[in-house]
Amino acid sequence: MLQATITLQLYKGGIFIDRAIMPTTVKGKGFYMSLEYYLILSALLFTTGVIGVLIRRNAIIIFMCIELMLNAANLAFVAISRSLGEATGQVFVFFVMTVAAAEVAIGLAIIVSVFKHRQTVNVDEVNSLKG
Amino acid sequence: MNAEQILFILFGAVSLIGAIAVISFRHPIYSALSLIVTFFAQAGLFVLLGAHFVAAVQVIVYAGAIMVLFLFVIMLLNLGTLSVQGAIGRKLKGLAIILGILFAAEGIYIAMNALNDTAVASAESTGATITTTTYDIGELLFSKYLLPFEVTSLILLAALIGVIVLVKREGQEEN
Amino acid sequence: MTIELIVVLLVAPLVGFLVNGLLGLSKNKGLKGNEQLSGWIGSLAVLVSLVCSIIAFASLHGGAAPFDETLYEWITGESFAFNIGFRVDALTSVMLLVITGVGFLIHVYSIGYMHGDEGYTRYFAYLNLFIFAMLILVLGNNYLMMFVGWEGVGLCSYLLIGFWYEKQTATDAGKKAFIVNRIGDFGFLLGMFTLFAAFGTLDFTSIFDAAEADNFQKVFGASTLVIATLLLFVGAIGKSAQIPLYVWLPDAMEGPTPVSALIHAATMVTAGVYMIARSAVLYNIAHTGEVVAWIGVLTAFFAATIALTQNDIKRILAYSTVSQLGYMFLGVGVGAYASGVFHLVTHAFFKGLMFLTAGSVMHAMANELDMRRMGGLKAKMPITHWTFLVGALAIAGFPFLSGFWSKDEILHSAWGSSPIIYAIGLVTAFLTAFYMFRLIFVTFYGESRVEPEVDSHLHESPPVMWVPLAILAIPSALIGLLLGWGGHESWFHHFTKSVFPEAHHEASGNVILFMVISSVVGLAGIAFAWSRYRERTPSEEPTNALHKLLVNKYYVDEVYNALIVQPIKNGSHYLLWRIVDNGIIDGIVNGIGSIIRFIGGTLRRLQTGLVQVYIVSMVLGIVLFLAYYLFFL
Repeated sequence: MLQATITLQLYKGGIFIDRAIMPTTVKGKGFYMSLEYYLILSALLFTTGVIGVLIRRNAIIIFMCIELMLNAANLAFVAISRSLGEATGQVFVFFVMTVAAAEVAIGLAIIVSVFKHRQTVNVDEVNSLKG
Repeated sequence: MNAEQILFILFGAVSLIGAIAVISFRHPIYSALSLIVTFFAQAGLFVLLGAHFVAAVQVIVYAGAIMVLFLFVIMLLNLGTLSVQGAIGRKLKGLAIILGILFAAEGIYIAMNALNDTAVASAESTGATITTTTYDIGELLFSKYLLPFEVTSLILLAALIGVIVLVKREGQEEN
Repeated sequence: MTIELIVVLLVAPLVGFLVNGLLGLSKNKGLKGNEQLSGWIGSLAVLVSLVCSIIAFASLHGGAAPFDETLYEWITGESFAFNIGFRVDALTSVMLLVITGVGFLIHVYSIGYMHGDEGYTRYFAYLNLFIFAMLILVLGNNYLMMFVGWEGVGLCSYLLIGFWYEKQTATDAGKKAFIVNRIGDFGFLLGMFTLFAAFGTLDFTSIFDAAEADNFQKVFGASTLVIATLLLFVGAIGKSAQIPLYVWLPDAMEGPTPVSALIHAATMVTAGVYMIARSAVLYNIAHTGEVVAWIGVLTAFFAATIALTQNDIKRILAYSTVSQLGYMFLGVGVGAYASGVFHLVTHAFFKGLMFLTAGSVMHAMANELDMRRMGGLKAKMPITHWTFLVGALAIAGFPFLSGFWSKDEILHSAWGSSPIIYAIGLVTAFLTAFYMFRLIFVTFYGESRVEPEVDSHLHESPPVMWVPLAILAIPSALIGLLLGWGGHESWFHHFTKSVFPEAHHEASGNVILFMVISSVVGLAGIAFAWSRYRERTPSEEPTNALHKLLVNKYYVDEVYNALIVQPIKNGSHYLLWRIVDNGIIDGIVNGIGSIIRFIGGTLRRLQTGLVQVYIVSMVLGIVLFLAYYLFFL
């Protein structure tokens, strides 16, 4: 499957060169990485973040992992934005960053106040909702 | 192998290694620093993708402001070395890894099939791909996405007030 | 006649009710305990209505067209509309005069009778409310309005029967009246539904016009009307205490005596007769009058036989009322609607009068009701005696007194329908005269058997009580002569001719001959009573089986108790309560609770409170969902 997709992509690249209107040519780069490499990288980064959230108990680290996931999403946004030749994806990255900033501010404030109450930031020690 | 490929592999490897380091270090400070490395590598990827504005914001907001906040909190709470995983961490570790692998597999599968999507494929094949400039982003942001843009200001205001309330209440209780 | 007049007529008792009701709630001692105030407010309210009724009657009598107007739409739907509307024609105006006329006198009488009662204000409030409801019943121009009034008088009846609610027997009697009436009301409701289904309206005018139209018969056939009229008659059976639902009326005597006079003799119980007279067109078309007539005459006979052996004067009067109501149904049943209503009018006066005199006796006798402990009261209470005598002569059919005219008309019409019915009616007339004069002889004549300490207080009633008696005695004696002179050509027939359709059976035979027969039978009854009870008191113990059967009122209450009340009670207790309620319903409810508690207790363990466990579940869900989305969709 992977092989087939790459072949398809190279073929497309060939068409670009034939037409001689390839933007990379204009910019003098000659060739650029195809979309799915960025998306695969994005998926790997996101998964790393998910695993981090699942296995770490420190609330701050969990938070960092969430930032990691948001960044992975941003990467996918930007990659697809370039692929479509549109700026919309980057606008969304802007929004994501704003929300992330707000979320970090609130989240860290909550962690601080939890720490003040319980002297811990370990999520497995904060289980007041246990049924 | 051209320059873009080399740079992609370099930045991609650094960001992945940084990400794994984030979830591996025992000390939160190291984790935070690793995260900064990842963010910088991603900024490089953004540049590679021609998104210069986003790259700049990534460095300024994420690597700058947000990570400083993280470090500040870690130091404020004076958290020492922590065990990587707690009681549940151990129990869930196997399950988490399996889930992670499945999740990654699915993600990669989607990524590789993304170009089968006709919209994406056709855009790429027509060669309309032009590096978007800050000007383009600004135009979109203040025309089509004006309302969401204004809403983000409300979100930030709400966050601001929320943080003050959270912290202030604690202060009063102590008094 | 204007709408304003009708509204004043209708609203005056309502205002009386509200004022008296508020006085009853008042904390002010001067207002609350003020008997004179409540009494006269109540009476004045009815007096206003009486004056309006007289004006309305005069206007109709002067040749004015009947009033029929809709005030406003009450309930509107896509395909139906129920209106608040009033109809005043000859029948209504006669009913209005009876209700407000007798009602006013009874209100005045009550001022004296209820003197010193704790619930004085409440009593007058109820009484005014009753008049209001009764006026709605007769004023409405559709069956729904009639039903509203019908239920309203039922409520007041319940409230007033159980007026002395500290007495167990009174509250029981109230409940009995209410429940038995419910059976009848159910029939009334079904009848209304049937009419609505057939005609799409409940307005009298529309229904009667449509029923008379030829195409209705073609579309629905007469069977619809047969069902509707019979169901309506079930309502009348309940309200007017006919076989088999008459059992509540004798017990209703637990209420204050003026209430018995007003509600359970003069007005409310005649609502059934009014309803059938009002629906005369339908009964004529459906030919269901014969059922009505048979039920009526059997009730008349049956109740009269029970009255023969009772010793409680109010109960005798109650059974007499049931019996006379039977006569009225006999009248409207054989198609002599005017005669039936005529008897209603005369009966309202003389029976109201007799109940009030009975109340006067009770008042003097410290609430003693058993006539075996009376006797010789004539000397101590002359006015009471004479007025009672007038009423008794009237009911017995003494020549030229009220009952003579109306009863004779009914019997005459019955002869045209069926000689058997006529014969039973005639026997009943004899029995009526007999039990009434038995009552008179035992109570007012002979040796005094009054307890000594009661005897010392024995006195004639105060003027506020005997004046209404005297006033009532006059119409009781003369109204028949005034309205009924000339038989079927009389003024009353002439006046109500526009309301009632032509009867099926033309009365035949010599009018004078029928009058003579009736008179002879009535006089024979009186004479027989004189021969048996002039000197003798009723025996304490029943002398033979028939006597015993009559004393125990044919054991009807016992039979109903055994056949209906006890099975329902037992069924409710053992089946519905023990098994259905406790077993099944509670079992289901508690079972659901237990199941939910068990499930909750099990699922509770999933709620560890550990965020990461939740996240694992979430990621698992995402993975599965994505897998499904990617590979199976």
